[in-house]
Amino acid sequence: MVDPSSSPSRPPLSAATLALRLAGIAVVVAALGGAFAYVNGTLDPQRLTPKALVNILEQNNGTHPGFRRNHSKGVCVAGYFESTGEAGAYSTAQVFTQARTPVVGRFALPSGNPYAPDGSVPIRSLALRFTQANGQQWRTGMNSMPVFPVGTPEAFYQFQQAQSPDPATGKPNPAAVPAFFAAHPEAMPFLQWIKTAKPSASYATETYNGINAFYLINPTGQRQAVRWGVVPMSQDAADATPPQGADFLEQDLVKRLAAGPLRWQLNITLANPGDPVTDASKPWPADRKVLNAGTLVLERTQAQDNGECRDINYDPLILPAGIEGSDDPLLAARSAAYASSYLRRTSEVHQLPATQESRP
Amino acid sequence: MSAPRHFAPLARLLHWLMALMIIAMLFIGAGMVASVSERHEWLLQLHKPLGIAILLLVIARLVVRFTTRQPPLPADLPSWQVLAAKASHGLLYALMLILPLLGWAMISAAGDPVMLGHSLRLPAILPAILPAHAQTFAMLRKAHGYLAYLLFLTVLVHLAAALFHAWVRRDEVMDSMLRGKG
Repeated sequence: MVDPSSSPSRPPLSAATLALRLAGIAVVVAALGGAFAYVNGTLDPQRLTPKALVNILEQNNGTHPGFRRNHSKGVCVAGYFESTGEAGAYSTAQVFTQARTPVVGRFALPSGNPYAPDGSVPIRSLALRFTQANGQQWRTGMNSMPVFPVGTPEAFYQFQQAQSPDPATGKPNPAAVPAFFAAHPEAMPFLQWIKTAKPSASYATETYNGINAFYLINPTGQRQAVRWGVVPMSQDAADATPPQGADFLEQDLVKRLAAGPLRWQLNITLANPGDPVTDASKPWPADRKVLNAGTLVLERTQAQDNGECRDINYDPLILPAGIEGSDDPLLAARSAAYASSYLRRTSEVHQLPATQESRP
Repeated sequence: MSAPRHFAPLARLLHWLMALMIIAMLFIGAGMVASVSERHEWLLQLHKPLGIAILLLVIARLVVRFTTRQPPLPADLPSWQVLAAKASHGLLYALMLILPLLGWAMISAAGDPVMLGHSLRLPAILPAILPAHAQTFAMLRKAHGYLAYLLFLTVLVHLAAALFHAWVRRDEVMDSMLRGKG
């Protein structure tokens, strides 16, 4: 629609005024564009971004299309959680009050190499997704160590840098990791633990710790800082046969699940006032009150290349009402980096070995 | 009845409210995907409810657009600028509508609960047509990002054009969105 009544009766702008006004428009547009380029990181290259975190994992482990960029080797499991109701006084989350909540989980090795031998690291991990009847979900990623080596994403990034291949030699500098730990005394509790840690022969006999702190919110809105973990309800005899080969963990799991479900107790440790809530490198004193929230029962396993866990991003900040993240900076960083890894690998699903084999 | 000289008051209110919300939303989105700090989390928690609010407002705005009369463009506007104005307005409406839907759909395709707050959950969008599916998620997530950049560029062009009308052409276009009783 064009208005025929408005006739241009404005005196023309002088060349100088016109130039000034056009420049004014350019300044406004450039200021907005520049602010945007700063916010999206283009003009702030020093900022630690999710992309940089995932890039360095790829740099250290190689890029393996379709696989998770960390904890790449693993296996899907499924079962359910049976609540005792004990945590119901501390949290309104349905998972703690309903009798049963279905679970899809994933056991894994903490390396970005999906072909790492199972004996190469003394750490195992377990990620879980609880799907409540009300549709809300609780996702958690747990590890067999009791504390994280460092407390911030920046320190984690530097730790990865210390393990990066030296461009000159193509191998990591052997002095870099000791130098990193010398500069990061917060890693002491982790280093104490790893001194005696041995690669376990089974996923089933491990304890898995949530490590980061969260808050449980009770019906009156009170917040209780907690850490959680699952403890196996059965242990092997000390003289169990030592594992053979590079992929014994998945074979062991399949064998055990064929004989019956595996059970863990979900323990929730309550912080005392003053316990470190924002630093996952610091343990809490051993005498803290522990709730037995219920039993995790795992019944089935599936290969990770086409199992249900494959397309789940175990983002630790996907939480139901009644559980909230703490201000631990690692939580936001994990959430951000997992999203970046998830987008990369979901774009590459067709490149996974299993999906390629099944092609006609 | 002669053509109005200004946009309807409700149309102006929606325009300026959504201008603020959309520019905030674009910065929130660009900032959250480039941050590993606590900012990532609180920006994400703003992004989702704000996106749904924009979706509801753009629907209201389309209704207002088609039930009120718009002031005409200046008669002496060159035809390419008339065309550019119409095309960019169409693109703005399309992106305002599509981006929140894409965000909702990509979270659904990832199999994630669509949480707008600690306890408010939207259902997955069209689960029958769009079940959780990795490749679909990846496609929708990329489209959400690219189209958000296209929206930002279109907003910049729209802003530059509005200032051109106000400062260089000195016609009534800017005024028609700023004031008037109807």
